[in-house]
Amino acid sequence: MADKHIDEISGVETTGHEWDGIRELNNPMPRWWVWTFYATIVWALGYTILYPAWPLVNDATRGVLGYSSRGELATEMASAKAAQGAILERIAAATPEEIIANPELNQFATAGGAAAFRVNCTPCHGTGAAGGEGYPNLNDDDWLWGGSVDAIYQTVAHGIRDAVDPDTRIGEMTAFVDVIEPDEIRQAAAYVVSLTGTPRDPSLVEPGKQVFMDNCASCHGENAEGNRDLGAPDLADAIWLKAEGEDGIIEQIRAPKHGVMPAWSARLGDVTVKQLAVYVHSLGGGE
Amino acid sequence: MNLYTAESVAPGDASVERIDVKAVHSPGEKRQPLYEKRKKIFPKRAEGRFRRFKWLVMLLTLGIYYLTPWIRWDRGPFAPDQAVLVDLAGRRFYFFFIEIWPQEFIFVAGLLVMAGFGLFLLTSAVGRAWCGYACPQTVWVDLFLAVERFIEGDRNARMKLDSGPWTLNKIVKRVVKHAIWIVIAVATGGAWIFYFADAPSLAFDFVTGQAAFVAYSTVAILTATTYLLGGLMREQVCIYMCPWPRIQGAMLDEHSLVVTYNDWRGEPRSRHAKKAAAAGQVVGDCVDCNACVAVCPMGIDIRDGQQMACITCALCIDACDGVMDKIGKERGLIAYATLDEYDTNMALATAGGTSAIDPTRTRKPDGGFVEGVRHFNWKILLRPRTLLYMGVWMAVGIGLVVALMSRDRLEINVLHDRNPQFVMESDGSIRNGYTVRLLNMIPEPRTIMLSLDGVPDATMKIIGVSDVPGREFAIEAAPDKAMALKVYVTLPRDQAKTETSFHFIAEDRSSHERNSYSANFFVPGGKR
Repeated sequence: MADKHIDEISGVETTGHEWDGIRELNNPMPRWWVWTFYATIVWALGYTILYPAWPLVNDATRGVLGYSSRGELATEMASAKAAQGAILERIAAATPEEIIANPELNQFATAGGAAAFRVNCTPCHGTGAAGGEGYPNLNDDDWLWGGSVDAIYQTVAHGIRDAVDPDTRIGEMTAFVDVIEPDEIRQAAAYVVSLTGTPRDPSLVEPGKQVFMDNCASCHGENAEGNRDLGAPDLADAIWLKAEGEDGIIEQIRAPKHGVMPAWSARLGDVTVKQLAVYVHSLGGGE
Repeated sequence: MNLYTAESVAPGDASVERIDVKAVHSPGEKRQPLYEKRKKIFPKRAEGRFRRFKWLVMLLTLGIYYLTPWIRWDRGPFAPDQAVLVDLAGRRFYFFFIEIWPQEFIFVAGLLVMAGFGLFLLTSAVGRAWCGYACPQTVWVDLFLAVERFIEGDRNARMKLDSGPWTLNKIVKRVVKHAIWIVIAVATGGAWIFYFADAPSLAFDFVTGQAAFVAYSTVAILTATTYLLGGLMREQVCIYMCPWPRIQGAMLDEHSLVVTYNDWRGEPRSRHAKKAAAAGQVVGDCVDCNACVAVCPMGIDIRDGQQMACITCALCIDACDGVMDKIGKERGLIAYATLDEYDTNMALATAGGTSAIDPTRTRKPDGGFVEGVRHFNWKILLRPRTLLYMGVWMAVGIGLVVALMSRDRLEINVLHDRNPQFVMESDGSIRNGYTVRLLNMIPEPRTIMLSLDGVPDATMKIIGVSDVPGREFAIEAAPDKAMALKVYVTLPRDQAKTETSFHFIAEDRSSHERNSYSANFFVPGGKR
């Protein structure tokens, strides 16, 4: 440029553009900035060739590297599965008791069982496995169908009163409203309440004991300690699942409510069920 | 050999060459354009006390930096034997006999506080000594300059080479210089990674291509920054990038030692001192030889006064002292001096500011300085400000040492189960669950007794330790590890009436270390 114009006041070169006598100073960007800018353009060109970038009508350019975030996720999931594969195989080959005996498998199974529990079991048993009315608390030492890890495994795998699973746990209590007199029901209820140490009217308790022996002891046991083969609860302990108080017991004798738990082995697979059993067994009540 | 353009040498001062050099950075200069290209600086070699001191500091700091990771320190079979190791994966920091867990990072924070106050102390006492001697940027630039000087020669040879055509000689020298620079840069980046892993095995893995990607990328980044900052950017880092030159203003006061041109005895400077003196003119000690400018790695003229770009490396003092020796004047025309001394002497030379500088006012007829001229007095190093900094520095240091001596090596912490908060057992007793973490913070296995204190009727079960309820259990703790235990505490029905607080006690019977953690026992219907 032969006719460089220098601004008199600032001493800075102008671009040569002039509007009504006003000239534009030419303060170029620092060179490092310009070169960085060019570098980003080169980078962007390379990027759009290598990676998905340009939107098309129904799709977008795929990029020659074939990268996709879904693909990356699939790869990561596959590698995570592969990393777990070895230990999952060992869990599959071991019995629940063997898993508990092995610290490494136990830790893995407890963590895996906790995760599976949160997804599958919390709707009924609660996030802390503390249960609720009609749904048993899995933390305590009171078990309807047994608290050994094998018994828990059996219960989780095949469910309770499951409609399909042939190996499911089945136990039905008779609706005694059609079997014995209402007075007898009241007497039996008074006797059951008295078992937990609450003093009741002896005139009800004494005949109630006879009613209990005649009708209930076959399942619940002569000392009302329950029968785990039948899922008959221990009536002498402090924990009540379906009924609390004498009225509740009367109602349960008249027309018993039965809980249902689905069989999980078909849905979750044996390995997950084992991990669930190990986790539930670890909650503090395991036998 | 005369490396300098000697011109108009004053008669009688034949040994002093005047160097044709102009300060690149000068506060007096008209504002520079913002986008001006860097003017190259070709610092001349300096000789003298401070140069020797700087070589020593360089040897020491670089020695510490490069060699520390290779020092071994036996900690037994359960901990690494590297004296200084930042184990990021294992979350431990080892420093000789000290091992720090992440939760003890306060010690590192304390060291940083000490470093901060140390810097304040140093700066308020002796100015920017950090900048001038110990800052990595200064040390590495010094090293890179030494290489450059070794390959390309001193100032004039380098200037000539730089402006000359690209001959084979120039190409060879440049290639060799940059190659050595890159070797230094790689060694610098390479040394860094050894602080984060076992140095010998990492070194083997590194050269055989088996080291982690992060090791290579770290070395690559630090190589690039060392080469760029130390070799190419040099003084620009201090002037444009570093915040410390700006912060120093608040650290210096009138009693801080800074590199000072004593113009009260130097001015009026004259290149023809004897001629001028013979003509009856007043002349100062400065012969305007520009030696101070030529040696400056920052490209400044100290005679312009204290300025941000001055890192107080004191090489100009060495250069000037050499010249003063040659012309038979006292050393210290450029010297470490405080603003206070300088002001006193300046007032003397200007008769309280009423006239121009007349150095004869500071001289006795026989040539010595008059009584009123103030010289360096070590007592100015001890003043309330420096004593305060030193006090805080030492207090933090003592605090750290005391904390280090008395810190726990056996810790316990307890987390109550939140869901469920309590469980009723079939016999009506109430059970609470806890996660108890035992921290065995020494690299030796030991037996830790875990027991209950308070709630006399309570018993506990520990999953994986014992199924039989009890009140005290022996836990085998792995060396240098934290372990989590699932603990269930049970209270009989008639005792579990109100919320109770108690303690978990962790105790090492052999070392008599004991620690406790308070926990609560929740009951049904209790307040939550």
